[in-house]
Amino acid sequence: MDVEALRKHAKNIRINVIKQVSGAQSGHPGGSLGAADILTVLYFEVMDITPENAGTQNRDRFVLSKGHCSPLLYAVLAEKGILPEEELKTFRKLHSRLQGHPDMNEIDGVDMSTGSLGQGLSAAVGMALANKLDKNDHRIYALVGDGEAEEGQIWEAAMAAAHYNCDNLCAVIDENGLQIDGRTADVIGPAPFEPKFEAFGWHVISVDGHDYKALKDAFDEAKTVKGKPTCIVAKTIKGKGVSFMENEASWHGKAPNAELTAVALKDLEGL
Amino acid sequence: MAKATREAYGEELAKLVRENPKIVVLDADLAGSTNAAVAGKAAPERFFDMGIAEANMVGVSAGLAASGYIPFASSFAMFCTGRVWEQIRNSVAYPHLNVKIVGSHSGITVGEDGVTHQAIEDISIMRAITGFAVFVPCDQHETKAVIDYVAEYDGPCYVRLGRSKVEDVFDENYKFDITKINVLKKGEKTAIFCCGLMVQSTLEAAAKLKEDGYDVTVVDVCAIKPCDEEGIAQILAEHENIFTVEEHSIVGGMGSMICEVAAEKCPRIIHRIGMYGFGESANWKDMLREYKLDGQGVYEQIKDYLDSTK
Repeated sequence: MDVEALRKHAKNIRINVIKQVSGAQSGHPGGSLGAADILTVLYFEVMDITPENAGTQNRDRFVLSKGHCSPLLYAVLAEKGILPEEELKTFRKLHSRLQGHPDMNEIDGVDMSTGSLGQGLSAAVGMALANKLDKNDHRIYALVGDGEAEEGQIWEAAMAAAHYNCDNLCAVIDENGLQIDGRTADVIGPAPFEPKFEAFGWHVISVDGHDYKALKDAFDEAKTVKGKPTCIVAKTIKGKGVSFMENEASWHGKAPNAELTAVALKDLEGL
Repeated sequence: MAKATREAYGEELAKLVRENPKIVVLDADLAGSTNAAVAGKAAPERFFDMGIAEANMVGVSAGLAASGYIPFASSFAMFCTGRVWEQIRNSVAYPHLNVKIVGSHSGITVGEDGVTHQAIEDISIMRAITGFAVFVPCDQHETKAVIDYVAEYDGPCYVRLGRSKVEDVFDENYKFDITKINVLKKGEKTAIFCCGLMVQSTLEAAAKLKEDGYDVTVVDVCAIKPCDEEGIAQILAEHENIFTVEEHSIVGGMGSMICEVAAEKCPRIIHRIGMYGFGESANWKDMLREYKLDGQGVYEQIKDYLDSTK
């Protein structure tokens, strides 16, 4: 595993997250920055997905259940060469393919339209079932927010995934401890996730969501688990990489102005 | 031979699931009642009971459809439309996924279970969704034709079925064009658009009205959306008194759809007959009588209007 290469990818991805959100003066930087390392490992070390197979079903698939982190997904797809980097400038603008929340009919490489929280994991379960029916060995990955896991449907999906032995499904809970109205612990207390997913019949791995090796090891471990789906609970820092955004609930869905954008890019260039 | 539309559903889906390896069947712990279980038995590896978790059932259906499968997901109409409306709208309709939602035990004839189980708004909320096709078959034959049609239809569909055994309106030789209205009886001056179980009620009412000297036209409207605008407009043009009859609220359902077509193509005063509020617990025949949606009740409601215009 080339950690340097991953760091470079993640840095570029974070820069493009800030550029998209700033350019549109709209979007969700906090969560996008926080999950950048998870997706960097997923797309550059784990998943079978290339510009050549992106338009086919013959590859691993990923559902961004926390769909508001669309700038992250688009930046990752651009970094993989699946989306032209130039196009990132059109994020959230009229007639753009880069819709505010991902639209599966616009872009190869977006496997499900998401945005309304709590629904993507169910779709991932459906894809896992389809792969089983097809005897397709490819895997399904999903990224779920910790705030998002307050939605009951996530737990319906968790129940179903275990019941139907979806060992080809790996969900990541992006646990940054924050949501719009503040700390998740103060709002409604959805954590801890590890014992809950275990109780639901999943194999659970707890990791630092910014540790490339730990993430890679977790994804590899998930591949070896038979009969049950795997949940990787990744502890992350919302806004990671941008000094004034780190650990701040207020940067969930707010775009930085020109002055703050400059600060953000400076922080990220220094990574 | 009386048969419930849900029974016809199970039979026809069982046939399709054997013929088409892409069809998958889902239900939410009501497979025995909706008859999804009949199809499930025909191809157990493609049957998924999702338990009492309808929202997840919709999402899983979306994922299956995204993977090239054709999911038929059923439950009682109340739960697989109302409860999960937003999931259907955002996970199925918006990405235009090929999911077929089948709502059984619709209307008040679900009976004794009472109001919480009586979907009288499902036509309204499902036709409101962009890209969703909506069908309300009236008997076993029309049901089978609808199921065949939606299996081939490229896009999300809602099919509304009922609990009770209903008399045949058509026979097995009838050549259906699911996209068009069916004029069951041609009369003059008065036309009655009806759907689902109200077709049977309306035909009974029409026979009674004939005895009173009212020779009415009866039109079966199975395709609520997309609707047969031309056919509907023509009926409107040829008649003065227009009625709609549905086992559904008069707000937003088939009657409202007819009003919309009339407003654009051929303005008429339209009398909507249906549910004017919630129902209650009762045996289904008592229920229809109480809410004036049986043959006698529909007859009386229409006769009152017609007599008042004399």
